[in-house]
Amino acid sequence: MTERTDAIIIGAGHNGLVCAAYLARAGMNVVCLESGDSAGGMSAPRTIGDDYHFPGLAHLAYPLATGIRRDLKLAQFGYQPGKAIDTVALDASGKHLTIGANSVSGDGLPESDKQAYPKFREQYLSFAKAVRPLFDKKPPRLKDIAFADKTTLARLGWNIRFGLGRESMNELLRVAAINIYDVLNEAFVDDRLKGAIAVDAVMGSAMGPRTPGTVLTWLQRLQGELNGSLSLQSGGRSQLVHALTQSAEDAGVTIRFNARVDKILVENGKAFGVELSSGEMLKAGLVISNADPRSTFTKLVGAPLLETMFANRVTQIRGAGVVAKLHLALGGKPEFSGLPESQLGGRLLVAPSMQYIERAFNHSKYDEYSEHPVLDIAIPSLHNNALAPEGHHVMSVNVAFVPYRLEGGWQEQKAAFAYKVISQLGQYSANLKSLVVDHELLTPQDIEEQFHTTQGHWHHGELSIHQSFMMRPLHGAAQYDTPIERLFLCGAGSHPGGGLHGVPGRNAAQRVLELGGAK
Amino acid sequence: MKIDRAHFRRPLLRTPFHDRFVELSTAEEWMAWNTYKVPRVVDKLSTEYFAVRTGCAVMDLTPMEKYRITGKDAREFLDRLVARDISRLQPGRVTYVVWCNDDGKVIDDGTLFQLDRSDYRLCSQHHQLDWLLMSAMGFDVHVDVETHDVAALAVQGPTSCSVLTVAGINGLDQLKPFDITELRCGDTPVTVSRTGYTGDLGYELWTEPAHALELWDAIFGVQGQYDIHAMGLSALEMVRIEAGFVMPGFDFNTAESTIRNGYDRSPYEAGLGWLVNLDKGHFAGRKALVAEKAKPARRRLLKLVVDGNKPVGDALIYNRKDGTQCGEVKCTTWSPILKANLALADIEYANGHLPSQLWARVDYQRELKWISTWAECQVQAKPFYSPEHRSATPPARC
Repeated sequence: MTERTDAIIIGAGHNGLVCAAYLARAGMNVVCLESGDSAGGMSAPRTIGDDYHFPGLAHLAYPLATGIRRDLKLAQFGYQPGKAIDTVALDASGKHLTIGANSVSGDGLPESDKQAYPKFREQYLSFAKAVRPLFDKKPPRLKDIAFADKTTLARLGWNIRFGLGRESMNELLRVAAINIYDVLNEAFVDDRLKGAIAVDAVMGSAMGPRTPGTVLTWLQRLQGELNGSLSLQSGGRSQLVHALTQSAEDAGVTIRFNARVDKILVENGKAFGVELSSGEMLKAGLVISNADPRSTFTKLVGAPLLETMFANRVTQIRGAGVVAKLHLALGGKPEFSGLPESQLGGRLLVAPSMQYIERAFNHSKYDEYSEHPVLDIAIPSLHNNALAPEGHHVMSVNVAFVPYRLEGGWQEQKAAFAYKVISQLGQYSANLKSLVVDHELLTPQDIEEQFHTTQGHWHHGELSIHQSFMMRPLHGAAQYDTPIERLFLCGAGSHPGGGLHGVPGRNAAQRVLELGGAK
Repeated sequence: MKIDRAHFRRPLLRTPFHDRFVELSTAEEWMAWNTYKVPRVVDKLSTEYFAVRTGCAVMDLTPMEKYRITGKDAREFLDRLVARDISRLQPGRVTYVVWCNDDGKVIDDGTLFQLDRSDYRLCSQHHQLDWLLMSAMGFDVHVDVETHDVAALAVQGPTSCSVLTVAGINGLDQLKPFDITELRCGDTPVTVSRTGYTGDLGYELWTEPAHALELWDAIFGVQGQYDIHAMGLSALEMVRIEAGFVMPGFDFNTAESTIRNGYDRSPYEAGLGWLVNLDKGHFAGRKALVAEKAKPARRRLLKLVVDGNKPVGDALIYNRKDGTQCGEVKCTTWSPILKANLALADIEYANGHLPSQLWARVDYQRELKWISTWAECQVQAKPFYSPEHRSATPPARC
């Protein structure tokens, strides 16, 4: 090797790429190792057969954190923040609701809800803005607090007290740790509307609307560039991961594909490189893991090299995946009764009430799937016709709540479950079943296996309060550096968690530089 | 399993030797040790003490926590567990170890017996199963509790080798300190280690509970020839202080039972720094101990010889007469053999230095009247009492 590698980044998912790009721009020599044959991790495109292309496990993009686009010159590499799309709350009798950023409409929606919705959005966006320092910055350390941490806390305090004003502050403090169920019941009457909003608070987590802390998870959704509006990942050059790859490579990052890291090499408590599954050893000044914390510590480092209690706390990280992904290759355009074609390109939700979501969640607690799962549906081919042969379409469905461990085993029941989900979709779209030419169901176990994330959790660990902020992923590794010197975390398992906002990647890079880089 | 519904009437367990202690007990002073009923004093404290120092004393070790550690990674597991480098321990050898939590604070100490290539016994003061199982993560190792499955006796004192030999155990002569071997006592198989907690010549005998009384009777069968006494925990407390042995949980708080921040102790602070090897690679608590070592010492558990003969239990230690308090006595005894007032005391260091003078504030009663006085303390580096016959191989024939 001619050049010394300053940092090895394990995993070219979006956070790994963000971290790599920041470090390379700061002058470090960075190698990013990816086990698969393309970058993007959960947002990497996927293909069924030869002709049906899906934008990735994450078909929806919650917005990138403010500043990352500019810092990494992503516009220059073709990235545009996706266009905000509407959410359609599907109704079995065809009375669908259309929910936009500031308005909501639909048959039978009470006038009071129509009036309340924009005010409610405005209030929660202001809350989201007030708590942004908490979601945006390195989580403050409470013991031996650093100056930067003090400013984070000071800004948070200032925002909450003076940014919001007294009444709003009181309201934020009232709702911050409670559940979205109570909050939405206070604000609205219509079940469809409440169900649709609640989905955003719980999707990806093992939480129902009644789980405490679901207001906080929703506030997290409202962070970022588009003030919490969703956009669709539709593949192609404009997709985030494409631009991130280009930006990273432009800054000098070497990305190696099919390079699976088996082991992080540690000597005297310091990481000094990695060993690949091929047996190749790579040395570097630093190792930064975008793998989830449980894999990083228990598989790549190994418990014997960690402190005893720390290693045991790692195994206690809560994070069993609860969302399956159904990819459907369709021979034509599906029709949803009562839904105008113009709205088909939005996000379609099957979550007719909060009660419905809570019931679906309940099954997952007992290792069962629900006969009536929550569905989050997108048809990316309506936005990019290159994704499917002419006249054909691809449909991507997040199916919640689906247990990681299914009573009786997934192998035996996977096909039956896929059929059930397709049948359920059939209740809303009469022609759908006849259009399906191929399908792929990824259970949390499949996600674990194919995306190398423990228990197939979207966010590498629950976004519950006890695993957030200075406790994310766990006490002792919450500021991106870890008990192993020269080993850092940069993935969704770190603060502030999953999504496609890139904050863990950016903050990890900042932390690396703050601690002196590879010196 | 059948549940004994009247277990609350007899909450303390009996060791396999219990009946023999009952027969010998005149003091009727019993105490609980690790859920077993054991004698504090069997007959007379002074007799038991002098039996250890001048003859032979027999003590029941059965309540001692005992763990069997086996499996392919047993050595790696133990090496990560304890602070000492055990990589050169061999089958048939024993070593004294200490282990720490993540923060480098002492959880417990104990003796580690290597019985075979991947077969170890760890004896500890306190229950350690939870910690051992937590530590086992990532190792191919099996941890079994054998506290209740092994009957153990300590046979200690200058004549102990002779007593055991006459009692029928052959082959003790060549057993060096910290050796362990399989022998027989007549027809009874017995594992013998040359170990103990008295600072004198002595052996620990390990056997199946079914053989316990045969072993006991063989030993006490030579009582006509030798002066042998059953011994309780009070005499043990005297001799272990003379030998300078610390007792976690009594001389300092153990890490996982401490509530208040800063009340637990590192091996350095507990006087067990010699059991720590920072160069052996990773072990539990190493990072914290490296950091501690780099800083000036904050406190030490020290051996003190206190002037005079007034008991100094619970005394506070001052950095000079009428000075400021800098420590406290943790355990103390009058040493009949040294004619000295001994104590282990937790002493705070100022800027890494031992205070130049240490004085104990001694409160004692004279005919029920309280008197307060000062006694100067001398720090002692070596064990207070460590006779040559303790380590001679073969031991002198008595």
